[in-house]
Amino acid sequence: MARFVARRIVSLIAVLFAISVITFAIFNIIPNGDPAYRLAGRTPTPGQLDAIRRVWGFDKPVTVQYARMMEQVFTGKLISYTNQTNVLDEIKQGFPRTLSLALGAALIWLFFAIVLGLYTAVKAGRFADRFLTVLALIGISMPVFWIGALMSYYLGFKAGIFPNGGYVPLTENPIQWAYHLILPWTALSILFIGFYSRVLRSNLLDTMSDDHVRTARAKGISERQILLRHVLRNSMIPIVTLWGLDFGAVVGGGAILTETVFDLEGVGQYAAEAIDMLDIPPVLAITMFGAFFIVIMNTVVDVVYAALDPRIRLS
Amino acid sequence: MAIEPAPAELSVEQLVASERSEGDAPVAGIAPSKLALRRLRRNRTALVFGALFVLIVVMCLAAPLYADHVAHTDAYKNHLTDSIEIGGKQTNVVAPDGVPIGPTWKGRFFLGADESGRDIAVRLLYGGRTSLLIGAGAALLTMLLSILAGTLAGFFGGWTDNVISRIMDMIWSFPVLLLGVALGTALALGGLQLGPVTINGDSLIIPLMIIGVVYVPYIGRPLRGQVLALREKEFVEAARAQGLGPVRIMFSEILPNLSSTIVVFFPLIIANAILLEASLSFLGAGVQPPTPSWGTMIGAGVDKIATGPHQAIVPGAMLVLTVLALNVFGDGVRDAFDPRAKVKAK
Repeated sequence: MARFVARRIVSLIAVLFAISVITFAIFNIIPNGDPAYRLAGRTPTPGQLDAIRRVWGFDKPVTVQYARMMEQVFTGKLISYTNQTNVLDEIKQGFPRTLSLALGAALIWLFFAIVLGLYTAVKAGRFADRFLTVLALIGISMPVFWIGALMSYYLGFKAGIFPNGGYVPLTENPIQWAYHLILPWTALSILFIGFYSRVLRSNLLDTMSDDHVRTARAKGISERQILLRHVLRNSMIPIVTLWGLDFGAVVGGGAILTETVFDLEGVGQYAAEAIDMLDIPPVLAITMFGAFFIVIMNTVVDVVYAALDPRIRLS
Repeated sequence: MAIEPAPAELSVEQLVASERSEGDAPVAGIAPSKLALRRLRRNRTALVFGALFVLIVVMCLAAPLYADHVAHTDAYKNHLTDSIEIGGKQTNVVAPDGVPIGPTWKGRFFLGADESGRDIAVRLLYGGRTSLLIGAGAALLTMLLSILAGTLAGFFGGWTDNVISRIMDMIWSFPVLLLGVALGTALALGGLQLGPVTINGDSLIIPLMIIGVVYVPYIGRPLRGQVLALREKEFVEAARAQGLGPVRIMFSEILPNLSSTIVVFFPLIIANAILLEASLSFLGAGVQPPTPSWGTMIGAGVDKIATGPHQAIVPGAMLVLTVLALNVFGDGVRDAFDPRAKVKAK
């Protein structure tokens, strides 16, 4: 276990290093992405540009610039090029919003996927199964920003049932918090419900024909108990894995589309805005932040996986 | 929802025939791919959706015909100051307050106009060409790279495997959308200079390449696993014993055995690539306006949704229909090639 954790930490550092270099390189190879122009405001004189380059260190070699930026990332002194705010403060401000979105949506999609998966597996081959399978496929085929925009226009703007964007902190008013997040949660969940329920359904059908299920049935255990205790439990392992990975991805900037459509101003939307302005520091910080979550959730999932299935060794 | 499966029962004649062939004549061997095709032919749902996809492709290919002979405009021409006759009354294409007309259900502006007075139906068809081209091209690129990565890593093992697997792991742990958007924005602004080749910032090659690379780990990893297993098989050993070189073994022994996996993944990857193109374009990092694509059209429509929701609904619905057709067809293909994954309980 200790060796496993140590190896994961080493690989986490390697991944973060590689990702930061790649992100930095992407923005440094653009010919007209010179950040001095972004800092100088409108119609700068060549003298002003030179001064800015000297002050911000853009005249230094690229490796020195990279090292300086990484130092700023870890000391929390990273400054945005476009509006000169502290990047880590902005991320800290957006994080509760992103986490609220991810956590609520992840619970919703897990719950409905289990319900839908169980129901379609029990009714396999019947009309209800086929109908719901088509619905799940439609869910997988919809771009989240499209269905999100339609929901917010028709249910929020036109009908006025739900608030039209915005965010209320949980600590301020839990009911308003949930009320403002219902539409984003739903939009984000649809894709995952479709995908997970189909995975679960095929796992359930596989497990149902296992020997231990036949034994349980022979012992006279009720169908309900068999389904919940013996079949569902065994089929949940891959779902737990997927769930952990997707949750990590959503927290780490994967909800960039949902946040933009519903104007939640979380970390993802901050990233989208920064990319739009070619503002390197926030993009670099958020990409590393996202990769950090993805790798951490990967590790957690592996540990949970080994705990759920003793046949798997962490090595 | 009237999606009924094809009747699976055999007719009496077929039953008799199969019974007889078991007894007297020697049973003819059938290639697995033929069996799979036979199973696919029996899956009517998959076939209907496959046909729907083909229909959409044909419609998009016929875009110039529609533009010239039915709509009498092209994908870029704006009709801001024009008016057309609806129900005997002259109506502005774009009203003075900026609201474009909705679907007329006639030749001109069949699906309405957008905020610049461009014909949405025409743009939808031309945009479909862009989206389908990027989707299919990216899927092809993903396949080529995955086959290359998976085969090399699985076949040679050792440090080759290590390097390739680590690269795939890294793409995997990158926040995919962030990476794609960052790359897309950066390249759209400056273009790309690869030795003698210059790619313009608004070239379709850029989103195509980004999408093609992003999905490589998803296919490369399973392929690598398969190659690892195949490498130990007797027929590969036999080929090696005959003195065949590694390249020859990879092409004539390993690759044919990967074909069913490749066939199964292909439609699903196209579907995902089309979706990713839409997401990138929505964030301004994919196809660059004014080139129409379903993604750019949805993006523009979502911005202008208050002036006329049809601008967002039409391209989105088309995209969903296309991706759905590919997903259902792809599902059928998977069931046909891997019958074990199909519904067992009846």
